[in-house]
Amino acid sequence: MSDLNSLIIEASIKGLVIVGIVQTLAAFEVWLERKISAWIQNRIGPNRVGPMGLLQPFADVVKLFMKEDLVPDAAHKGFHRLAPALSLAIATAVYAVIPYAHYWDADLTGIGLDFQQRIYFGIAPNVNIGVLFMLAMTSIGVYGITLAGWSSNSKYSLLGGLRSAAQMISYELAMGISVLAVVLWASTLSINGIIVEQEGWAVNWYIFRNPIAFFIFLICAFAETNRAPFDLPEAEPELVGGFNTEYSGMKFGMFFLAEYANMATASAFIIILFLGGWQLPFPAEMVGLEAGSLALTLAQIGAFAIKLLILLFFFVQVRWSIPRFRYDQLMNLGWKILLPLSIVNLLITAIIIFVFDA
Amino acid sequence: MNNTKNTEAERLNFWERMYLPEIGRGLALTFKQLFKPKFTRQYPEVRWEPEGSYRGRPVLVEEESGERCVACGLCSRVCPALAIEVQAGETEREKERYPELFEINMLRCIYCAYCEEVCPEEAIVMSKDYDIVFTNQEDAILGKEDLLVPVEKLQDRLEFLRQYK
Repeated sequence: MSDLNSLIIEASIKGLVIVGIVQTLAAFEVWLERKISAWIQNRIGPNRVGPMGLLQPFADVVKLFMKEDLVPDAAHKGFHRLAPALSLAIATAVYAVIPYAHYWDADLTGIGLDFQQRIYFGIAPNVNIGVLFMLAMTSIGVYGITLAGWSSNSKYSLLGGLRSAAQMISYELAMGISVLAVVLWASTLSINGIIVEQEGWAVNWYIFRNPIAFFIFLICAFAETNRAPFDLPEAEPELVGGFNTEYSGMKFGMFFLAEYANMATASAFIIILFLGGWQLPFPAEMVGLEAGSLALTLAQIGAFAIKLLILLFFFVQVRWSIPRFRYDQLMNLGWKILLPLSIVNLLITAIIIFVFDA
Repeated sequence: MNNTKNTEAERLNFWERMYLPEIGRGLALTFKQLFKPKFTRQYPEVRWEPEGSYRGRPVLVEEESGERCVACGLCSRVCPALAIEVQAGETEREKERYPELFEINMLRCIYCAYCEEVCPEEAIVMSKDYDIVFTNQEDAILGKEDLLVPVEKLQDRLEFLRQYK
C-alpha cells in the first residue's frame, strides 16, 4: 500500500469516527443540559425515553425531522438554507485538530496482521498552525449565525445576528491575546506541541502558570459559543429566539446541535491550552506507563474525557446560575476590562519569559 | 439617614463589584441545589389524592335502593353553563320520581359545584376525578350509567359538605 493511500484511509476512518463522536457528544450534552437544569431547579428532568432518559435527544431529533420546514416568503431562500448547514459544518470541522491522546505505536503483527505504525489520535493533531486553525474556525462560526439573522428577513433575527457579530468581534481580541500568552510560554502553535510542554505534574498546566489568561479565555469562550450569560444573540425575552426565530424543523435542530458542538469545541480548546490536554495530572512514568503503549493511550483518552465532562458540566451550570448580561455591560466588559487585562497579562508574560530565559 | 449612595452599583463593596467572587457564590448555591430532594411526582404511576374539598367531575350518588336523585331539575336550572339535562320519570319505589335521563355535557361543565349546592337530596356531588379525557364530542356527554357512583366512594366529599355547606 502506498503512503498516500494509507494516509487517506487513515484520515477517513478517523474522520468518520470523530464526526460520529461529535454528533453523539452533542446529543449527550442536550441530555446533560436538561438533566442538570432540572436538578438545579429541584426537578427530575427527562427520564422516560431510555435509561435515565438518555435517548431523549434522539426522540427530539426524530420529532424535529417530522416537523414542517417553514421558509418565510421574504427570506433569501438560498442563504436561509445555507446558514444552518454552515453552522454545523464549521462546528464539526474544528475537531480536525483536536487530539484525544498522544500516539500509539500500533503493532498488530502479534495477532497476525501486517500492520505496524504510529497512530496519532485526532485527524491532524500535528499541524503546526493548530491553534490558529481553531481560532479561525471558531470565529467563522459566527457567519452561520449572522447569515441566518440576515437571510430570515425578520427584525428579531437580524438583531440577533448583529449582536452575535458584534460580540464575536469584541471578545475575539481578548481571546486571541490571552492565547498569545500561552503560545509565548510554549513557543509553538502546534497543538500537540503545546500539550507536550505541559508534561509532568499538574502544576505545569498553563492554568497554574498563567491563571489570568485562563480566566480571560474562559470568559471569552462563553461569549464565543453564545452561551449564557452571553447568549444575547438568542435572548428569548428580548428577541423571541434571536437568529433562530424563523427556523423550524431540522434546520433549527442543526443550529441546536451546532451550539452544543461549539460548546464541546470550546471545552476542548480550554483543555488543550490550559488543562494539559490529554496529559495525566502526574508524570506518566511514575505509574510505569510507557510512551506509545496502549495502556497510556487509554489513560490519556480517559483523562481527556474526564476533563471534557467537567468543563461541559461547568458550562451548563453557569447557564443555570448567572443571569444574562445587558448589551452595554457586555461591551464594557469586553473592551474596557478584558482587553486591557489581556494586554497587560501578555506584557508581563513576555517580560517573565525574557528575564528567565535570557 | 443620609444615604448618598443612590444606585445599586454604588452600594456594592469592592469584592462585590469585582463580580468573580459573587459568581463563585452563585455557582456554589446551584451546586448545592443539585443534591437536594426533588419535588417532581412521577404522575401516571404516582397519582395525587385530592382532599374532600376538591371539585372534580360531578357525579350522582348511588345507594343500594338506586339513585338518590328525584329529578327535581334544580341542578339543571342553576347550571350556569347549561351542561345538565334531566328528564323525570315515575317509579313504584318509596320516592316516586327518578331521572329517566340524566346527562352532563363535560365539555360545558365548569366545575362550579352550583348543582351540588342547590341539590335538596345531596344526590349530585363533586367527585375526586380530575383526569377527564374524551376522544370525541359524543363521548363527552355522560349518561346515568357513567355518572352513578356508590355512596361509599364519596364519603370524603359528603363529610366535607356536612361540615361546610
